[in-house]
Amino acid sequence: MTDYDVIVVGGGHNGLVCSAYLAKSGRKVLVLEANDVPGGAASTREFSPGYSVSGCANWLYQLNPDVVKDLGLRLDYAARDLDTIGLSPDGKHLTISGDVVTSDHLSAKDKAAFGPFQAKMVKFARLLNTAFKRRPPKLVENNIHDRMTLLKLGIDMKLLGKEDMQELLRMALINMYDVMQETFDDELLKSVLALEGVMGSHMGPRSPNTVFGYIYRRLGEVYGFHGPAQVKGGMGVIGTALASAATASGVEVRTGARVASINLKADSAQGVTLTDGTTLTATTVVSNADPKTTFEKLVGFRNIEAGTTRRVSNIRMKGNAAKLHLALDALPDFTGLSGDQLGQRLVIAPSMKYLENAFNHAKYGEFSQAPAMEISIPTVNDPDLAPSGKHVLSATIQFAPYELKAGWNDNKKLFEQICIDVLARYAPDIRSLITVSELLTPADLEAQYNMYGGHWHHGEISLDQIMMMRPFPGATQYATPVDNLYLCGAGAHPGGGVMGLAGRNAAREIIQRGKTA
Amino acid sequence: MKKYDAIVIGAGHNGLTNGAYLAKAGLDVLVVERNAYIGGATVSRELYPDWKYSNCSYVCSLLRPEITRDLELPRHGLQVVPYGGGVTYMENGDHFANYNEHDRQLREISRLSVRDANAYERYEADVMKQTRLIRPFLMRTPPDPTSLKPRDLKELAVLAKAFTEMGETGLADTLRFWTMSIGDYLDEYFETDVLKAHLAGSGIIGTALGVYSPGTAYVLLHHYMGDVDGTVGAWGFARGGMGAVSGALAAAFQGYGGEIRCDANVDQIIVKNGRATGVALKDGTELYADNIVSNLDPKRTFLDIMDAGDLPADVVRKAENFKIRGSSGKLNIALDGLPTFHGMDPKSPLMMGDMHFSDSLERMERAYDDWKDDTWSKDPYLDMLIPSQIDPTMAPPGKHMMTVFVQYAPPKINGRDWTSEDRDAFGKTVIDSIAKYSPDFKDLILHAEVRTPQDIENEVGLTEGNIFMGELTFDQLLFNRPFPGYAQYRGPVKGMYMCSSGSHPGGGVMAAPGANAAREILMDLKLTNTVPGGYADD
Repeated sequence: MTDYDVIVVGGGHNGLVCSAYLAKSGRKVLVLEANDVPGGAASTREFSPGYSVSGCANWLYQLNPDVVKDLGLRLDYAARDLDTIGLSPDGKHLTISGDVVTSDHLSAKDKAAFGPFQAKMVKFARLLNTAFKRRPPKLVENNIHDRMTLLKLGIDMKLLGKEDMQELLRMALINMYDVMQETFDDELLKSVLALEGVMGSHMGPRSPNTVFGYIYRRLGEVYGFHGPAQVKGGMGVIGTALASAATASGVEVRTGARVASINLKADSAQGVTLTDGTTLTATTVVSNADPKTTFEKLVGFRNIEAGTTRRVSNIRMKGNAAKLHLALDALPDFTGLSGDQLGQRLVIAPSMKYLENAFNHAKYGEFSQAPAMEISIPTVNDPDLAPSGKHVLSATIQFAPYELKAGWNDNKKLFEQICIDVLARYAPDIRSLITVSELLTPADLEAQYNMYGGHWHHGEISLDQIMMMRPFPGATQYATPVDNLYLCGAGAHPGGGVMGLAGRNAAREIIQRGKTA
Repeated sequence: MKKYDAIVIGAGHNGLTNGAYLAKAGLDVLVVERNAYIGGATVSRELYPDWKYSNCSYVCSLLRPEITRDLELPRHGLQVVPYGGGVTYMENGDHFANYNEHDRQLREISRLSVRDANAYERYEADVMKQTRLIRPFLMRTPPDPTSLKPRDLKELAVLAKAFTEMGETGLADTLRFWTMSIGDYLDEYFETDVLKAHLAGSGIIGTALGVYSPGTAYVLLHHYMGDVDGTVGAWGFARGGMGAVSGALAAAFQGYGGEIRCDANVDQIIVKNGRATGVALKDGTELYADNIVSNLDPKRTFLDIMDAGDLPADVVRKAENFKIRGSSGKLNIALDGLPTFHGMDPKSPLMMGDMHFSDSLERMERAYDDWKDDTWSKDPYLDMLIPSQIDPTMAPPGKHMMTVFVQYAPPKINGRDWTSEDRDAFGKTVIDSIAKYSPDFKDLILHAEVRTPQDIENEVGLTEGNIFMGELTFDQLLFNRPFPGYAQYRGPVKGMYMCSSGSHPGGGVMAAPGANAAREILMDLKLTNTVPGGYADD
């Protein structure tokens, strides 16, 4: 008799989603979270007394509506469908709201081209959704479920129409730089969009695959988000809301419980041992941790065969994004922006060349000398995140490689200053307003959120690491080479972003296999 | 007024191959060539008295053996002499020797890393698996995945069968191989930088991408899938230079009754009532034929010698968006003697193979960064050979001919044309790079031809000087080459065809596009096929 039917290692959003579905199927489920609060990278971080920001992801923009409905989630939004404002040092900004782009200096051609471009990308994202809401199909050893998925994908492809289908085959493989050059004239517009193709990845606008990255982020539009949404209380509220939903379904969520190892017996997962020495047993172990942490640290390479070890080692997941958190005495004055615009998504990526140069450094283990940024001033829409009248600023910074050649310990302050210098180019008074600052490097994100390499997608989202190749060939469909051990995190199909689909799909797979067993 | 059955535009190796198979079927075929000499990028040119320069393509492996044997190219004078091995000189004075002989090669890799020597066996087997998968499709017309025609469905099934035979994980490995970067791929196997750098060259040659750009692993395949006399992956020199290939093809073509006209620069493909009917030359001459075959790259074909009014709008747009970027240049050098290299025995077999001077992936990636910044690499990747050691016809006795492939070089410098000062500086960069490893090299130089992508475009007609007539990335391969919907060699206008490397299976002196296009033309004309099928040796 085991202690639990299922133990889920890690209470990130996917782990919690997975546990809730499994509990609803009548299983006795325990979630073990190392941190003191559930949610993993969906976190609210009080980086200075009274000042809070979303510690990892800034916004919610692609949470799957089925997950919301099935789990009965109720989320309070401080703001929805935010605009994206591309900043220009001279104040000549451009604003993207949904499928409309406005700016004083944009050509009529660009304005007219934007809507159809965006619509095409969303159309492709819809096809992606067909694949994403199911387990990745096996192409050779497939069964009826896989064949249904392939058939559905085939039909959806056909329904795109010949022209768009051909366009998809071409575009999914190429880079944002080329597509932007083909489609638009305005450099700022091109680079603001190009940044979306490279967010969170080790890629520049010229890297093939980045159009796929852009389409991936358009899933939000398919799920009813017409721009990022800001959750009231920060992203951590998602963690607590999911934990409550899981608990309501009968899940036991234990925080402050760090798993030291996943225990095997005869190549089959039997349970886990916590760092405090407690050993718990279960019929099934589901890991919400990334595949490298799961196999290298928790299962242990010595317990699995060499081929699997090699495949796990080869997963590319070195984080390249840092987070900058600032406590501010007052709202900064961004050149050319009015007060209410400060609550939108602000982007620093003045040109594709700037972005590419920023990436060049990362290739050689250096941080960008002029980094690109995605900025949120959440207190504009949600004043409770800071003391009255004060503000916080939270920026995602690219590029900052996990393995900095010169070492992060000696260079963290320097990079923080570079980031603030870049900000000051757009908001000249910002330096005088900063009371507390914090930079989280990928190494810090790794330590804080237990993500290998500090990679928030738990593995690069590139064409060689998606679908049946995610997390690695031989471990597709959430099952792994270790019996009774499943993956439910972003490292599994369909990948990162607060979407909830990896957790949901993994639960469905476990339930399905339980029926046939 | 004479009317041919077919006119082929461009006497490059694919145009001649195409013409040969059409003529073999009994058609009256004319090949028109802009230059005074045939061959396109497959030439031997005497630009310095008594020296022959293979001044574009310089080595031979991809030429399909089916075509070599079927057109009896050896009888027409083609002899391919294999060479083996290669070396990468390192900045620390050492060099990595890539011997052709397996045991010796493993001993050399073990010197650097025993782990890598073990991994090399795995690497070779894995890459060979991918090579074997692709080879049978080189001489087949790609299916149109959006079509429901019986032939397309059948060809798709053949493709699907080959892929599913790889097995579930094998297929996933193939998909990864086709989409990942050569740098990442090599990182999965090896820890030694110089070994990775030595192997990575094949992933970027002719490609405007860096070693860490996704898609470059496939390009590697394009340098492995050829053979010399059945030895898959081997490379050789065409005796007498690459012009021997086009010379033999031309002889075969003429043997079937074909006609070649040089100094015939096509201005326009004549289209009447939605049908190609002939070509108008720049000198005003009009030539007529029932079928017009373009051996020019897709951009030149659709944007230069065809009228947008004669074409569907999507073809013009697709041609504009076609990726054909110049990324490489070339130096051809006449030498007064054989240069010596630091630490290298002049009698070593390594002297007869490819020589490289980039000993790390980082140096190669930085060379690409220069290209992205619209200038030539300050520390370029070089593929250098001295073919006169093996083929004495290339230079007078005791003298030598050196061919240096240089990457990266952009089609334009900071958006403007190359000047002669730029070209000189580019040539100096390359010569200095080699001289660092060869003390007597500079003194031996009698003549050097420096070719920028712009020179290659102007002389050979390859847009931007792209040697493959379009990048070999997955978005432009198989049924996507040159663009979706037009991968079966038929143009958008009746009676108009494409036979260049811009079509499947792509660039390299392979002759497969020319042969495949001929098969489609003969099928449309309801004539007996003269093009051999792919060998079953895979």
